[in-house]
Amino acid sequence: MPVLKANFEACQGYANCVDAAPEVYDIDDDGVVVLLKAEISDEERPRIEEAARSCPVSALTIEDA
Amino acid sequence: MTRTVVVIGSSIGGVRTAQALRSEGFGGRVVLVGEEAQLPYDKPPLSKQFLTGQWDVDRVLLLTEEKADKDSIELRLGVPATRLDIAARQVLLADGASLEYDSAVIATGASARPSPWRPESGVHVVRTLDDSRRLQARLSDGGPVVVVGGGFIGAEVAGSARALGHEVTVVDPLPTPIGRVVGPEIGRLFSELHHRHGVVTRFGVGVEAIEGAAGDLRVRLTDGTQLQAATVVVGIGAVPNDGWLADSGLPIDNGVLCDQYSRALDAPDVYAVGDVARWFHPGHREYVRVEHWTNAVEQGACAAHNIANPDDLRAYRPVEYVWSDQYDWKAQIVGRPNHGTRHETVGSLSAGNPRAAVLYTDETGRLCGAVTVNWPKALVQCRRLVTDGAPFDDALAKVSALTPPSGRSAGEPVAGARA
Ligand SMILES: Cc1cc2nc3c(=O)[nH]c(=O)nc-3n(C[C@H](O)[C@H](O)[C@H](O)COP(=O)(O)OP(=O)(O)OC[C@H]3O[C@@H](n4cnc5c(N)ncnc54)[C@H](O)[C@@H]3O)c2cc1C
Ligand code: SF4
Repeated sequence: MPVLKANFEACQGYANCVDAAPEVYDIDDDGVVVLLKAEISDEERPRIEEAARSCPVSALTIEDA
Repeated sequence: MTRTVVVIGSSIGGVRTAQALRSEGFGGRVVLVGEEAQLPYDKPPLSKQFLTGQWDVDRVLLLTEEKADKDSIELRLGVPATRLDIAARQVLLADGASLEYDSAVIATGASARPSPWRPESGVHVVRTLDDSRRLQARLSDGGPVVVVGGGFIGAEVAGSARALGHEVTVVDPLPTPIGRVVGPEIGRLFSELHHRHGVVTRFGVGVEAIEGAAGDLRVRLTDGTQLQAATVVVGIGAVPNDGWLADSGLPIDNGVLCDQYSRALDAPDVYAVGDVARWFHPGHREYVRVEHWTNAVEQGACAAHNIANPDDLRAYRPVEYVWSDQYDWKAQIVGRPNHGTRHETVGSLSAGNPRAAVLYTDETGRLCGAVTVNWPKALVQCRRLVTDGAPFDDALAKVSALTPPSGRSAGEPVAGARA
């Protein structure tokens, strides 16, 4: 299954990802992205990919397991 | 027969549209045309991390050849589109080539409004990678900087130049430049931010003339005073790149006019996204053009969806969102604060440890917009509340109940304190 990755150092708390896919991305009190799931299904991948591409600093990727 | 989508413009709007077509399962040809030979790059860092030298080119690239290959996106870079022939469904390029399309996506964005003042040299704008590089090189020669325009880009350039150790003055004919977006009261706090960081502002005063040359410029102001500068940066807005469409027959009015699905009026095979698009926003019930990064991404995704799924058209009705990093403020603005008639501040925007959310309401009694500073969690909340059209008092209660960031040691936010 596709695996979610985040570069926590790069994250700037713009929160576009949270807005686009609130069931997999959240943001903590310090404004850093939180991954709510480790893996996603192939069916959800296109939508989550779009959410990942909405990150202004390209902090989010989805990798093949 | 395979369908072909030609996307014109290779920055964030165009690149994300091309990629989203693949995510939407579009299996035809995707061609991305761009005027600049440079691989597609992102603009927000050009006034911030790239200008100060913290980030290199690799960090601002939006697409590499490998990534384009992987998504089967054909790149035609280094050649501008010169004409759109709607009847023949062709995009004509400056090198004489023509590209046939089934759908075309116009993503040619905007250009910096050129400086009306033209001394021999030393006046800069910041819109492209080369602009930012040239400015960076000039700044490395040292000397005082005058920034004309106190909007987002001007304020960011001022902050970056200050961080590089320059003496900086920002000039703007408006008394509170950011006030246009956030209202005069909060706008004044943005002005004070400059002062706290040692940047001088001359707001409410216009520029009469700029004379001299790089290293020795004189900026004459409308109040009769004069500023000395080594470098001048002019950030007075952007104009949509729609000139190449003048003879296309498309309705153009400060951008390409589109319906609620981002399709050009009278030309349903042509879409426009990003800074160049003026579309009918079904929520606001008016035509709007938005010069924000997130808008280009979201509108690109929506247009891609509509091209890939013609039987399931999705209207584009986003809640506006823009961020701006100025000095120690990470400001995030959602919705339309400038439509507000009243606002309340949660937290504090005073020096020391600024962290706050300012919530705006209009005569409908709903939350119509918010400005947050250094508080992403509140931003997420406000974005949802504006999207849901939440009543103002509920929104205020929800945001007041948020835990303040633990990483900073400021006191508890003061719920409902008046700004
Ligand atoms: C310095 C700077 C800082 C910014 N900071 C922020 C920020 O902090 N937050 C935020 O939300 N927004 C910010 N923005 C705004 C944001 O970058 C824009 O909204 C966004 O770039 C719009 O994307 P776009 O693809 O629609 O247009 P553009 O980025 O303008 O790209 C248009 C592309 O089309 C190409 N093109 C033009 N004409 C032709 C033609 N005839 N044929 C082929 N190609 C053509 C251009 O070369 C360009 O590559 C900033 C902008 C600038 C300039
Ligand atoms: S969009 Fe990117 S920067 Fe913003 S919160 Fe998500 S990961 Fe962080």
